[in-house]
Amino acid sequence: MISVQNVHKSFGDLEVLKGVSLDVPNGEVLSVIGGSGSGKSTLLYCINAIETINSGKILVDDVDVHSKDTNKDKLRQKLGMVFQHFNAFPHMTVLENAALAPRIVKKMSKEEAIEIAKKELEHVGLGDKFDVYPTRMSGGQQQRLAIARALAMKPDFMLLDEVTSALDPELVGEVLDTLRLLADEGMTMICVTHEMGFARDVSDRVAYFHQGVIAEIGEAKQVITEPQNPLTQKFLSKVR
Amino acid sequence: MEYEFHWNIVFQKMPELLSGAFVTLHVSVLAMLLGIVIAILLAIAKMNNSKPFCYVATVWVEIARNTPALFQIYMAYFGLGAFGIHLSPYVAVLSALVFINAGYLTETFRGGFQSIPSTQYSASKSLGMTSIQTYRYIILPQMLRRIYHPMTNQFVWSILMSSLGILVGMSELSGTTQRLQSLSFRTLEFFIVAAVMYFIITKLVLFGASLLSRRLFKGEI
Amino acid sequence: MNSLFTPLSWDDTGYILTGVWNTITISVVAIVAGTLLGMIVGFARAESNKTVNFLFGSVLDILRSVPLIIQLILFSTFVGAIGHPMNPFVAGSIVLSLYTMAFMSEVFRGGFESVSKSMQTAARSLGMTYWQTIYHIRFPIGLRAVLPSWMGVALSVIKDSALVSVIGYMELLRTSEQLISRTQQPLEILIGVGLFYFIISYPLSHYGRYLERKMAI
Repeated sequence: MISVQNVHKSFGDLEVLKGVSLDVPNGEVLSVIGGSGSGKSTLLYCINAIETINSGKILVDDVDVHSKDTNKDKLRQKLGMVFQHFNAFPHMTVLENAALAPRIVKKMSKEEAIEIAKKELEHVGLGDKFDVYPTRMSGGQQQRLAIARALAMKPDFMLLDEVTSALDPELVGEVLDTLRLLADEGMTMICVTHEMGFARDVSDRVAYFHQGVIAEIGEAKQVITEPQNPLTQKFLSKVR
Repeated sequence: MEYEFHWNIVFQKMPELLSGAFVTLHVSVLAMLLGIVIAILLAIAKMNNSKPFCYVATVWVEIARNTPALFQIYMAYFGLGAFGIHLSPYVAVLSALVFINAGYLTETFRGGFQSIPSTQYSASKSLGMTSIQTYRYIILPQMLRRIYHPMTNQFVWSILMSSLGILVGMSELSGTTQRLQSLSFRTLEFFIVAAVMYFIITKLVLFGASLLSRRLFKGEI
Repeated sequence: MNSLFTPLSWDDTGYILTGVWNTITISVVAIVAGTLLGMIVGFARAESNKTVNFLFGSVLDILRSVPLIIQLILFSTFVGAIGHPMNPFVAGSIVLSLYTMAFMSEVFRGGFESVSKSMQTAARSLGMTYWQTIYHIRFPIGLRAVLPSWMGVALSVIKDSALVSVIGYMELLRTSEQLISRTQQPLEILIGVGLFYFIISYPLSHYGRYLERKMAI
């Protein structure tokens, strides 16, 4: 379970998270929606300890993420993360991209790492691209590679930061299908997204972020189709 | 007026020319290796913003980039004499080339380092890699690809510029050529052969570098 | 009895200024001539087919792969040997200009090739002729794109002009070398020479880097 407790986070004078609390139980898919600058992506970076927090607490399976005693590299192995810009490692083949972390972080043997990487790449539909370099692939394929690369670490949670925002419209579908597959398999996920259809159909709950606080959170269909908070209503009427 | 070429004398002196060429390669390789080591330190100093080191690095880089190589060589050969330091021609040319290589490569390294997007760090971190692993597997390999070509050019530049050794009596390829032609007065023949040798050396270096890069860097950036 | 060496004095100013002047003259000549020739050759290479390009490229390649100092010695010896000796300024200008051209042509070729085909098509679709496209579109855009690299080459020409001293041209470094052997005050003289180059080169190289940054955006 991921538990966010009253988290505040500032960049200089700018407070981007103003007391965010949130529990994501295992097996749940939570979509986070909101305008740009609402702090939704920052939350993901804080959960993954890539960003520090100013106050509050984030627990991942009861481990305090931001405590000094926590081994952050170890913790991040539990948390798979996929970014808006695919961030493939351009100097490695698709297979090397996916096999690197299992080998050097989890210290698996080369054979083991490759086997896992191959399995996850097939999982996301890249079974025929092992020896291709990522720069030769479409954005959708690169993003699926990023998902497979994260999955190869056998994470317990997946954090997805606007993973379809940088994609051409015709490539969005293939990435969303991959995420849908993960959701069906029971992966716990937090998806920051602009895809309202995806939020409604795939996630269990939806949280609407507005200026650093959660303005509304609830069952997915209800938040998207019948939002209670006027701010959510206004936001949704604009993005549709 | 007709000029008659006499090549025999040049071919008789081939062993000496070749040993001159060896000195040229020797001094350029050494200048490159030392230049790289110093440039790494200077680049770190410049990026760390630690005041005194950053200052030294900046002054070094700017002087190296904004004054002629011949000036550097004269400085090493004649200028240091004022401090009672008398360098041999070889050491004078070597230190000038090291000084300039370090200056140019500092900027190359810095640019290469800064050209790696910060997202590569977050991606590596998110996979649980330590900082050392991130540099070892993600940042440095990509950086090496980007600085490889400018480094090759710098090496070729060093080879060509080591020819300034002729002006301080160094016995590299140009200096040797100069000495041999003054004994025989076959200036044209000797310098034509030297020119061909420089051409071959630079082509071989570039060819070797591109072979090596194909082995080292399989993907593209 | 007079000593063999006489110290540096104000009487040497004229001599030094001649060196300064000569360095500036030959640099300007080489940069101007090298730029014009380089522009023509660069454009020709951007426009021509593979065979022509290969022939052009090989000649330029030789100019870039043989040390300038060897080129200078070869050229001035050669014209002497065939009975038309040239004064050092003329010989130096010719060699330095051709050497500059070899680098400039690559710079300009890159610039002209960087003007995209689609932009040219757009210009042609507006009814411009081939030459109008070149004059109004490819030259202005291509030339602006190469300004930073052009500055880089021009600066290295100023520095490389020091090598013309090897065929007896009295540029700054050679005058200083002669002053050094007379005065035995190498450090003062060399520092002055270094300052001269630095003062010319430093602002220009910074301006070049500034342009590069501005254009990268």
